[in-house]
Amino acid sequence: MSQPGSRGATAGLQAQNGAAAASGSPYSNGPVQNALMSSQVSAGQGYDSQLPGSYPHLMPAKSLNPFSGQSNYGGSQGSAQTLNRPPVASNPVPPSLHSGPVPQTPLPASQNPAATPMPSGSFLPGANPPLPLNWQYNYPATGSQTNHFPHVAQPAVSGTTNLTRNQQYVSPGDPSLQTSFIKSGSALPLQNPPLPTSFQPGAPPGPSPAGGPPPVRGLMSQKPPPRVVPPPSFNSSINQEATPQLTNQNPKTSRSVGYAYPSLPPGYQNTAPPSATGMPPSSLNYPSGPQAFTQTPLGANHLNASMSGLSLHPEGLRVVNLLQERNMLPSTPVQPPVPNLHEDIQKLNCNPELFRCTLTSIPQTQALLNKAKLPLGLLLHPFKDLVQLPVVTSSTIVRCRSCRTYINPFVSFLDQRRWKCNLCYRVNDVPEEFMYNPLTRVYGEPHRRPEVQNATIEFMAPSEYMLRPPQPPVYLFVLDVSHNAVETGYLNSVCQSLLDNLDLLPGNTRTKIGFITFDSTVHFYSLQEGLSQPQMLIVSDIEDVFIPMPENLLVNLNESKELVQDLLKTLPQMFTKTLETQSALGPALQAAFKLMSPTGGRMSVFQTQLPTLGVGALKPREEPNQRSSAKEIHLTPSTDFYKKLALDCSGQQVAVDLFLLSGQYSDLASLGCISRYSAGSVYYYPSYHHQHNPVQVQKLQKELQRYLTRKIGFEAVMRIRCTKGLSIHTFHGNFFVRSTDLLSLPNVNPDAGYAVQMSVEESLTDTQLVSFQSALLYTSSKGERRIRVHTLCLPVVSTLNEVFLGADVQAISGLLANMAVDRSVTASLSDARDALVNAVIDSLSAYRSSVLSSQQPGLMVPFSLRLFPLFVLALLKQKSFQTGTNARLDERIFAMCQVKNQPLVHLMLTTHPSLYRVDSLSDEGALNISDRTIPQPPILQLSVEKLSRDGAFLMDAGSVLMLWVGKNCAQNFLSQVLGVQNYASIPQTMTDLPELDTPESARTIAFITWLREQRPFFPILYVIRDESPMKAAFLQNMVEDRTESALSYYEFLLHIQQQVNK
Amino acid sequence: MAFTFAAFCYMLALLLTAALIFFAIWHIIAFDELKTDYKNPIDQCNTLNPLVLPEYLIHAFFCVMFLCAAEWLTLGLNVPLLAYHIWRYMSRPVMSGPGLYDPTTIMNADILAYCQKEGWCKLAFYLLAFFYYLYGMIYVLVSP
Repeated sequence: MSQPGSRGATAGLQAQNGAAAASGSPYSNGPVQNALMSSQVSAGQGYDSQLPGSYPHLMPAKSLNPFSGQSNYGGSQGSAQTLNRPPVASNPVPPSLHSGPVPQTPLPASQNPAATPMPSGSFLPGANPPLPLNWQYNYPATGSQTNHFPHVAQPAVSGTTNLTRNQQYVSPGDPSLQTSFIKSGSALPLQNPPLPTSFQPGAPPGPSPAGGPPPVRGLMSQKPPPRVVPPPSFNSSINQEATPQLTNQNPKTSRSVGYAYPSLPPGYQNTAPPSATGMPPSSLNYPSGPQAFTQTPLGANHLNASMSGLSLHPEGLRVVNLLQERNMLPSTPVQPPVPNLHEDIQKLNCNPELFRCTLTSIPQTQALLNKAKLPLGLLLHPFKDLVQLPVVTSSTIVRCRSCRTYINPFVSFLDQRRWKCNLCYRVNDVPEEFMYNPLTRVYGEPHRRPEVQNATIEFMAPSEYMLRPPQPPVYLFVLDVSHNAVETGYLNSVCQSLLDNLDLLPGNTRTKIGFITFDSTVHFYSLQEGLSQPQMLIVSDIEDVFIPMPENLLVNLNESKELVQDLLKTLPQMFTKTLETQSALGPALQAAFKLMSPTGGRMSVFQTQLPTLGVGALKPREEPNQRSSAKEIHLTPSTDFYKKLALDCSGQQVAVDLFLLSGQYSDLASLGCISRYSAGSVYYYPSYHHQHNPVQVQKLQKELQRYLTRKIGFEAVMRIRCTKGLSIHTFHGNFFVRSTDLLSLPNVNPDAGYAVQMSVEESLTDTQLVSFQSALLYTSSKGERRIRVHTLCLPVVSTLNEVFLGADVQAISGLLANMAVDRSVTASLSDARDALVNAVIDSLSAYRSSVLSSQQPGLMVPFSLRLFPLFVLALLKQKSFQTGTNARLDERIFAMCQVKNQPLVHLMLTTHPSLYRVDSLSDEGALNISDRTIPQPPILQLSVEKLSRDGAFLMDAGSVLMLWVGKNCAQNFLSQVLGVQNYASIPQTMTDLPELDTPESARTIAFITWLREQRPFFPILYVIRDESPMKAAFLQNMVEDRTESALSYYEFLLHIQQQVNK
Repeated sequence: MAFTFAAFCYMLALLLTAALIFFAIWHIIAFDELKTDYKNPIDQCNTLNPLVLPEYLIHAFFCVMFLCAAEWLTLGLNVPLLAYHIWRYMSRPVMSGPGLYDPTTIMNADILAYCQKEGWCKLAFYLLAFFYYLYGMIYVLVSP
């Protein structure tokens, strides 16, 4: 396998996931990147030549390589990295490493542990075509650094954008600094931190507004930053915008920095300040020397990142008094914070929608974590539908030999032949095959392989990743046909949806399908090829249920499609006259399990009442009168039958999805176990009825449509690895935990999210970056074994303040919600509620006592946590955790299942919906997406005070959209958008907006369509007027207001303040 | 020097405690295996669960023996553990079979750590008890 050519055949890249855009080019990032890279190389060479032989093999290491800490600024990248080293770095430079002209300078930035390491790239006022730099080469001694401080704060006034660049973390104890930040912060118009608009994210490679640093740097910085074009699949506008921040600096300081170098090689001194031209004199002046192995991407610079607090916007440094500043809710959706990493690393980092950590700065020790009182954990959405995903087909998948980590963008290449694992630090060999880059068709560039360029990547797994041949897609439908079920009329919808989507079921020629129905007996359907019509077999022995015939109950969909269609057409009519009211769900599930256990697959169970017969029969436990008392409610299962069956299913790679369509109590707490431990999902349609409740019918249809056609992965396992020192504490989600870091997922679907609590087991003092990797091994519906790998890299910090600054409030709330669900099951609901409130109180008092130096009155919170009390209050008012008699037990438990199983984005929307005013939509600030103009109304706070009777308001609560129309709403809106004459003629239940030929209607519909497109399921739109029954639900989401049993936001803040200031 | 009922109780307790020590060691090993991924939690729970009741019953049995022999001090030393056993079994998760351990929650770090700690504590207790019973037996045997 040493010929590049032959390897090209095996190692191919394809774009996956059906993106039309991707289909054209084999690997969509490819072309762009290549172009970039090649230019880099040339620049790099010229540049390296200045230091003949300086680092023969060391250069590209991305990371914590042993040399870090040496302060040479010899232009090569290898040296650049050296700065990035933690405070420890103060050893003198080993002279041997430096080639002659390089001056030895005293130790750089790293000396100041309190996050001060300054980005050395300095900002030259006049230099416009900023050369992106690897500016960290050198940084003068600590002394000069301290000088920076004043500048940091003062120039802030001069220009917002610059300002943003300069900021560092405020060192905790320094009041003067802090106040100045506050000022500068408040001068900024933007509320939403990470978006200084003056940078064009799309700007071409070179021009990040980094000034070429002082003369010296001018030369060195010729390299355009490696991968400027972020992988398209990540819409990382923030990241991009954040990137330039690293490079700016106050001119004065930088100048002094420049002069600080004692002896500059003449060549350097002559160089003009960085010029606009891409290829500056440097390469001319210095004939290329030995060509070094340049791995630009993760060069040394990256490390600096973790030290310099640069990517933080000053806004992020503010301390907010929540009692005084009421409007903390940004008017655009809350963005996840950007980890404080160097731009080059951050660019490669995993998309926060897929992989997110509650603390984007990981505390160094468990003690520090305990002090912060914030939960540390990950929130994953590993199987999300991606528009574009690089897929690698290669016979060897490169993994660390000791910890089995997949190679990822955050490993460091020690030289061409060796890479160092970023999780366990073992040095591994680069396999021969990996040396060839199928993208560029160049040999000897392992660091440019797609595996090392993408934090999210999919591998085609070779046969050693299979315990058995990949299973065919198998779908079994288990339908309740008792009297109650027939009464609801759900069979029609289900069969119709199935008929419509039969061809869209993910699968291939091997797809199998089967049906079981049950009432007090279990009915099987033989769909043998050649039969004229489906044959029904009834098993009435539910005590010991058996499979009536060995074959033909699960049949190949293609071969027996007509029979299947026949069956689906007749099924709704077959039981219309039934009088059987009993339900033998348990035996039916056992039968279904037996039927599927040889293959595995997906079992979809439709149930409409409490199971009453055979094993798994349940008794009603809900006592409506006691709903209000939080103590005596039954959140725990009453039997372990469903759990045990789920574990058996899990062992045989069967997942059970439960659709519960029930008017009465059905003990979802017990039934839900069947899905929870077999990695299925639960759908709940309270009071489903085909005539009385058309909205639920529509909801079922839409969700079935999605359910049947969405991607599916079979016989999956997911493993989560993390850097040595961190360990996994608890998993949240639907799965079975098979070992400390391995989840068994018989099926995985794109709408499932997972959460993981982490703890810091050993202190992380000797590392600056930690990584988390989730690897999901699954069989696709086409019968391929695939591995989807996501890697997230985060900086480690040592002070409490930095931990707080990096907190991701949405992720924290999501993780807390998961923990609270566990708590309410193991302890009680009131315990869980208390725990939620205490989480806010504890962390804010920790902040107050350990970070804030002066004890100001009010409720001071770090900017990053400004929404924390609000989100927790919203959680307390969510169905899962609310008190009062509103929530029926099943609805509450369903809400809890959703908390556990939903990805974070949807969880946050259901918890804290977005409210928009839509009667006056305008094109101002509208988005333009492929010729469509989508108005972007600001998000309003969830308070009735924001509503007005003469407006119309849209509430986006994730799975539902509610459009509340005020009584005095403008006639214009009523006629132009709703298409009705007057307020009174708005129908009671209206779930669609008419498509009228008016600009208002077009705008509203464009906006709603856009909201719907952002999520995989179809939220139903309810138009609500004052008398509608849905109005209560609408008002219930007004979390900032007081309700009969819950505090208003302001009261809640006062309560917290009282506790915090105790 | 008399071979009384009390002496018999001590001898019996001595033997049974030796057995309990093995139970405790077995638990510790089992949880360690779980932690280091050697075993599947389902299998592990299936092997551990049947052992829980026997252990509790053995312990309860010689507590009753000491009660009959009117060895109040010894009984007093054992009552806390007896109470703990009863509490532990009362608060077990919903299970149809005997036992304490639920494969779906056992991998939770808190529970795993708790079970491990419980194992070590019990081992220490049984070891000390073993020597105490030995002493008690000899004391009863030699006392006039």
